[in-house]
Amino acid sequence: MADRGEPILRVRNLVKHFPLTRGILFKSQIGAVQAVDDVSFDLYEGETLGIVGESGCGKSTVAKLLMNLEQPTSGEIFYKGEDISKLSGRALKAVRRNIQMVFQDPYTSLNPRMTVGDIIGEPFAIHPDAAPKGSRDKRVRELLDLVGLNPEYINRYPHQFSGGQRQRIGIARGLALNPEIIVCDEPVSALDVSVQAQVINLMERLQNELNLAYVFIAHDLSIVRHISDRVGVMYLGKLAEVGTDAQIYDHPTHPYTQALLSAVPQPDPEGRDTRERIILAGDVPSPANPPSGCRFRTRCWKAQDICAEEVPLLAVPERYKDSDTGAKHESACHFAEDKDIVHA
Amino acid sequence: MPDALEKEAVPTAGGPATVAVVEAGPAPGRARSLWSDAWRDLRRKPTFVIPAFVIALLLVMAAFPGWFTSVSPREADLANNFLREPELTHFFSPEWLGYNQQGQSIYARMIYGTRASIVIGISVTALVLVFGSLVGMLAGYFGGWIDGLLSRVIDIFLGIPFLLGAMVVLVSFDTRTEWTVILALAFLGWTTIARVMRGSVISIKQSDYVVAARSLGAGTWRILLRHVLPNAAAPVIVVAMIALGGYITAEAVLSFLGIGLTEPAISWGGDINRAGGQIRTASFLLLYPSLLLGITILSFLMLGDAVRDALDPKLR
Amino acid sequence: MSIEMTKAETPGVPLLEVRDLHVEFRTREGAAKAVNGVSYSVDAGETLAVLGESGSGKSVTAQTIMGILDTPPGRVTGGQILYRGEDLLTLPEEARRRVRGDKIAMIFQDALSALNPVLTVGNQLGEMFRVHRGFSRKAAKAKAVELMDRVRIPAAKERVNDYPHQFSGGMRQRIMIAMALALEPDVIIADEPTTALDVTVQAQVMDLLAELQRDFHMGLILITHDLGVVADVADKIAVMYAGRIVENAPVHELYKRPAHPYTRGLLDSIPRLDHKGKELYAIKGLPPSLTAIPSGCAFNPRCAMAQDICRTDVPAQVDVTERDGSPLGGRSSACHFWKETIHG
Repeated sequence: MADRGEPILRVRNLVKHFPLTRGILFKSQIGAVQAVDDVSFDLYEGETLGIVGESGCGKSTVAKLLMNLEQPTSGEIFYKGEDISKLSGRALKAVRRNIQMVFQDPYTSLNPRMTVGDIIGEPFAIHPDAAPKGSRDKRVRELLDLVGLNPEYINRYPHQFSGGQRQRIGIARGLALNPEIIVCDEPVSALDVSVQAQVINLMERLQNELNLAYVFIAHDLSIVRHISDRVGVMYLGKLAEVGTDAQIYDHPTHPYTQALLSAVPQPDPEGRDTRERIILAGDVPSPANPPSGCRFRTRCWKAQDICAEEVPLLAVPERYKDSDTGAKHESACHFAEDKDIVHA
Repeated sequence: MPDALEKEAVPTAGGPATVAVVEAGPAPGRARSLWSDAWRDLRRKPTFVIPAFVIALLLVMAAFPGWFTSVSPREADLANNFLREPELTHFFSPEWLGYNQQGQSIYARMIYGTRASIVIGISVTALVLVFGSLVGMLAGYFGGWIDGLLSRVIDIFLGIPFLLGAMVVLVSFDTRTEWTVILALAFLGWTTIARVMRGSVISIKQSDYVVAARSLGAGTWRILLRHVLPNAAAPVIVVAMIALGGYITAEAVLSFLGIGLTEPAISWGGDINRAGGQIRTASFLLLYPSLLLGITILSFLMLGDAVRDALDPKLR
Repeated sequence: MSIEMTKAETPGVPLLEVRDLHVEFRTREGAAKAVNGVSYSVDAGETLAVLGESGSGKSVTAQTIMGILDTPPGRVTGGQILYRGEDLLTLPEEARRRVRGDKIAMIFQDALSALNPVLTVGNQLGEMFRVHRGFSRKAAKAKAVELMDRVRIPAAKERVNDYPHQFSGGMRQRIMIAMALALEPDVIIADEPTTALDVTVQAQVMDLLAELQRDFHMGLILITHDLGVVADVADKIAVMYAGRIVENAPVHELYKRPAHPYTRGLLDSIPRLDHKGKELYAIKGLPPSLTAIPSGCAFNPRCAMAQDICRTDVPAQVDVTERDGSPLGGRSSACHFWKETIHG
C-alpha cells in the first residue's frame, strides 16, 4: 500500500456499552448492551472508509462516537494526534469544525421551521469567526450552488423540497465549516434508486474538489464498494474484516463477510441459479448477551471449540502473511480462508 | 470537475448549464413556512372560518359592548318590565331576549358579560401557556432529576380535581374579582400544558436536526430557542386553544355555583346562576346566556381542532 | 359463474389479470392520478415482479386488487381486475371479501404494524381458519402450529402463544407469510416483503417465499424497487413509472437489453457488487408529482432521448421485436424510440 502519511483520524480500542438499568427511583444496573466493543481503525486524508453491517451491529454508534455525540466507555479517538473523545466546551467546539455529519433521513434532519438559508447558515451563527457577518448570505448561496441547488431557494422551507434535494441541503450544512472529515450515516438509503445515484455522484465530486475524508456507514454493500477506498465489516459491535474494497469484495476471508456478500441480490439474472448462496441460520444474537469467543460463531458453519473460547484478533491471517493476493488483509477469524463469492 | 457537472445537467440545455437545473422537479413555489401553509389551508375550511368569525365577533363584543346595545346592563327599569317575555322579532333591541326579574335587558347583560368570559379565558390561557411551557420544557429537555422533580409536582397538581380545587381556593376569598378567578384557574390549570410540552420536547430532543445542531457545536440555549421551542409550540398552542373553552366553562360554572365573580361584575355564569330559580316560569332567562356560552366554547374547540389538523404534518 | 365453482384452470384465461386500471386520489392540490391504465397478468406458478420507485403506483395497484384501497380519498376510475375471468371490481362487497385472503392474499412490508400487537400470533393465524373455515379454537391452533412449522419458525409449538413483538423482524415476516398462505390462496401479492429486513435475513425470507410458491403452485406478484431482488426471483417484469407500465419483459431479456430509457437508466444507475465501476449514470431530475404528470411521455423531462413527439404524444404500449422484425415473446415498451433504445 502506498504511503499516505499520517492518518487524520485514529480510532483505538473504542468501546461503548449502554447500561441496562432497572427501577425508576433507585436505579440498579442489570447489564449492558455492548453496542461497540474494541473497534480500531484509521482514516487518511481524502479517502473514504466504508463501514458495513446489518442493523444492530454498532455502525451507527460508531458514527455518534466519532461525532462526540456519545461518550465512549473506553478507548480513544485521535484527530491529528489529539484525543478528542474526552474534550468538552471550547476545545470540543473547535474540533467540531473539522468533523461534520450527514444524516440518513433527510425528512427529520432539517428543522422544519427554519428556512434553507438559516439551516445552512447556522454553522456560521455558531462559529462566528468562520465567516464574517456580511458575507454569510453570499457563502450560503455558494454552498447551495456547490451542492447543485438553485441559490434562489435560500428562503424556502425544507418541506418544499424532495428527499434528494433535502439531502443536498444536509450536505451543504455539513460542508459549511470546511471540514476535513464527514461522517455519513446511511446518507442515501432513504432515497429512491434514481435519486441515489445523483447524491452519490455529488458526494464523490465534492470529495475530489474539497479533499474530504468520508466515513461512509451503510448497509448496502454495492454502494459501499462503489464509493469506498477501504471497507470495514462490522458484526455485533466488532470489526470482522478490514481491507481495500477489492480485498474485501474479491477476496473475503471472514465467513460473515462471505455470507453477507452471497446474500446480496445482484441485478443480474444470469447467475441466479448457479450462484452459491450461503444462507445463514437464525438471527443476530442480542448485543446485551453476545456469544463468548467469536461473536459470529453461533451462526458460523466453520465454528469449532476454539471459537467459543478465544476471541479472534483482527489481524492478517498467518497463512496469508506472505501472500501477494488480495487475501492479505486483516480478518478476525480463527479459520480465515479466501473465497471469491461475488464472481463465482 | 466539469465532467461531473455536465453529466448531471440537462444535455439539451448545453453550454454553461449550472447544476441548479439538476433537480428541476416540482420547483418549490414561494417561501412558505408550515404556519403559512396551514393558514392557506385553514382559510378555506368552514370548520375554521365559522368559529374564527364567531370568536372575532366575541372579541369585539368584549372590547366594545356599547356598539351592540344602547342600554346599560345595570339599568333596572322595574316599572317597565318584570320578567318580560322576549320579543324575538325586535332584533338587537333591549327587549329582544326579554328582561330579568330586576327589569334588566337580558340581551344587554349577555353583551356585557362577554368581557368577563373572554378576559378570563384568554388571561388564564396566557398564564398557563407561559408557566406550563417553561416547566414542561425544562423537564423534557434536561431530564434526569430535574424531570423527576418537576414531573412529581405536575402529578400532584393533576391529582387535584380542577373545579373542586378552584372552589376550595376561591371560597377563601370574600370579594372575587376577575383576577382572583384568573389566578385560581391558572394555578390549577398549568399542568396540562406542562405535560404536553414535556412530551413534545422529549421527542424533538431526539430528532436528527437537534443532533445536527449539537454536532455543529450549538449551545443549550440556541438549541432550546431555535430548534426545540418553535417545533414544540404547535401542539401546545392547539391544546391551549381547546383548553381556553374549558376555562370559560370553568368560570361560568364557578359563577353559577356562586363562587365565581361577585356582584357587581356581570358574567354569563352569574346570570345563569340567578336564572336557575325561575327555570319554570321564565326559561328564557337560562336559555339565551347558556346558548351563547355553548356557542363560545364550541367555537374555541372547533378552532383548536381545525388548527391541529392543519399543522399536523402527517396529514400533509 | 360463481368463484367457488371455477377451481379448475381455464386455458387461455390468466389466473389474475389487471386491465387498463385507473385510480385517482383526491388531494388538496387536485386529483392525483396514481394509476393511469395499468395492465398486467399472472398465471399459476409464475412470478411477476412489478418494479418502480415510490409514487410509481405499484402499491396502489396492489391495494386495488386486494380491495383494501382507502376510498375516499382513493377512487377507481376505470378498468377491470379479472380473477379467473371474473371482474372483482363489480362483485358485491360480501363476495369480494371471500376472495380476499381465501383466493388472493397479501404480504406487507412492515410486519410489525400489520400484525395486531395485543393478540398472540397463534390467535391471529388461527383466526383465518375460524372465520373462513369455521374451525374450532383447538383445531385452529393446531393449524397455526402447522403453518409456523411450514415457514420454519423454530419451536413453533412453544412460540405459538407469543406476541408479535417477541419475534425478530425476519420471524415476523415469516408469520406474515404463514398468514397469507393459511387458506392456500391462488395468488400472493408481496409488497416490498423484504425491504425492512437485513441482507442475510432478506435472503432467508426470499428463499422461503420462492420455495412455497413452487410447492403451492401459486401466482406471485412481487412489488419492489430493488433490481437485485427482481433479478433473483422474477419470471417476468413490469416496470412502472408515474402510474403507467413503461416496459414488460421476461427477466433475462430485461437486464440484457432494456427497451425503455427509464429501465436502462435505472440499470445504469445502481452500483455493482462485483466491480468498483466509474461514476454512476444518474437519471436527472425527479419523479413527477402525480397531480402534474408531464404531457406526452411522463418520463420525457428526465429522458436523454426525448424529442418533440415525446412532449406531445403519449407513447402506446407496443410489442418489441428483433431488428429484423421477428417477435420477442412477452416484450413490450411504451417508448416512441424503443427501437433506438434496444438496438442502439
